[in-house]
Amino acid sequence: MSKVIIDKEICKGCGLCISACPKEALSISKIQNSKGFFHAEVACPEKCTSCTFCGLVCPDIAIKIYK
Amino acid sequence: MKKIFGKPECMTDKPFHYCPGCGHGIVHRLIGEVVDELGIQDRTIGVPPVGCAVVMYHYFNIDMTEAPHGRTPAVATGIKRVHPDKVVFTYQGDGDLAAIGTGEIIHAANRGERITTIFVNNAVYGMTGGQMAPTTLVGQKTTTTPLGRDARLIGYPIKISEMLAITDGSIYIERVAVNKPANIIKAKKAIKKAFQIQLEDRGFSMVEVLSQCPVNLGLTSQKAAEWIDNTLMKTYPLGVIKDKSGE
Ligand SMILES: Cc1ncc(C[n+]2csc(CCOP(=O)(O)OP(=O)(O)O)c2C)c(N)n1
Ligand code: SF4
Ligand code: SF4
Ligand code: SF4
Repeated sequence: MSKVIIDKEICKGCGLCISACPKEALSISKIQNSKGFFHAEVACPEKCTSCTFCGLVCPDIAIKIYK
Repeated sequence: MKKIFGKPECMTDKPFHYCPGCGHGIVHRLIGEVVDELGIQDRTIGVPPVGCAVVMYHYFNIDMTEAPHGRTPAVATGIKRVHPDKVVFTYQGDGDLAAIGTGEIIHAANRGERITTIFVNNAVYGMTGGQMAPTTLVGQKTTTTPLGRDARLIGYPIKISEMLAITDGSIYIERVAVNKPANIIKAKKAIKKAFQIQLEDRGFSMVEVLSQCPVNLGLTSQKAAEWIDNTLMKTYPLGVIKDKSGE
């Protein structure tokens, strides 16, 4: 299981999590969610250190983090 | 694996209506985490503003009552005086608190009301389409200052936190930001402290939160977060403005 789970239906694709991630583990999907947002996704789960930065900056609380 | 981050227990599952990248959602989460950590969900009463956060009550399993524009400190005063055992907070934008509600907040602070105010300063009227707020920076372009705020014509950005700090009734006032992880961690500590001061029956407490409104700044979410560091903080420096909690 990935340490970071992004709810793609709640995500609005603002990209703040992607800029905040020190490990460059996240990216924007090429697929839109049902609201038309290009949501964030965990591109490289193996790079994640569960630092929580992505969750801290997410304005929509779309991110759950496990350690 | 153990869950170490997610939505606070006292919040509902309803997704926020805010624009992508809006700081309001972060401030909501911090309030939710503080209410959970202090174990006060069943005795907290929130008073949401008029502004983008007007339907904030949808997002919390906490009692809330709406107030007319700028009047949340007056409504909160009434609630707290009738129910001194409750934890009462107001949530206000800078249009709500620093324009139409200036009178209410000054007198609530000066009376030392045992309430906590979360003051979200995004330097603009968000909900109504990005008009100038009293907090708008000199030179900042808004829909009503298309050439930038001209101080000669419309005056200067108002520093409400500094003004409220000189009232004898205010105990704790801090300015924080929600534009990057380090600031968000500090913002949560400040919000928690503000609630604790109310729990200790000390007096009025307020946290001013510099927050991003990417849509009305005409910036991407990332650029709006950087704008807070590079521009907004020049006029509104972060830090403790008043702390009499140790006295
Ligand atoms: C009595 C009254 N006057 C004016 C308005 C229009 N109005 C709605 S929200 C708002 C300003 C909101 O700005 P702010 O408090 O900064 O909150 P934001 O939307 O930026 O979060 C105004 C002027 C109103 N609803 N009621
Ligand atoms: S928890 Fe940290 S390392 Fe993992 S995706 Fe989020 S920001 Fe990147
Ligand atoms: S910060 Fe949240 S809303 Fe923004 S792109 Fe990342 S997961 Fe989506
Ligand atoms: S207009 Fe600004 S303050 Fe209002 S929801 Fe959109 S980004 Fe947030």
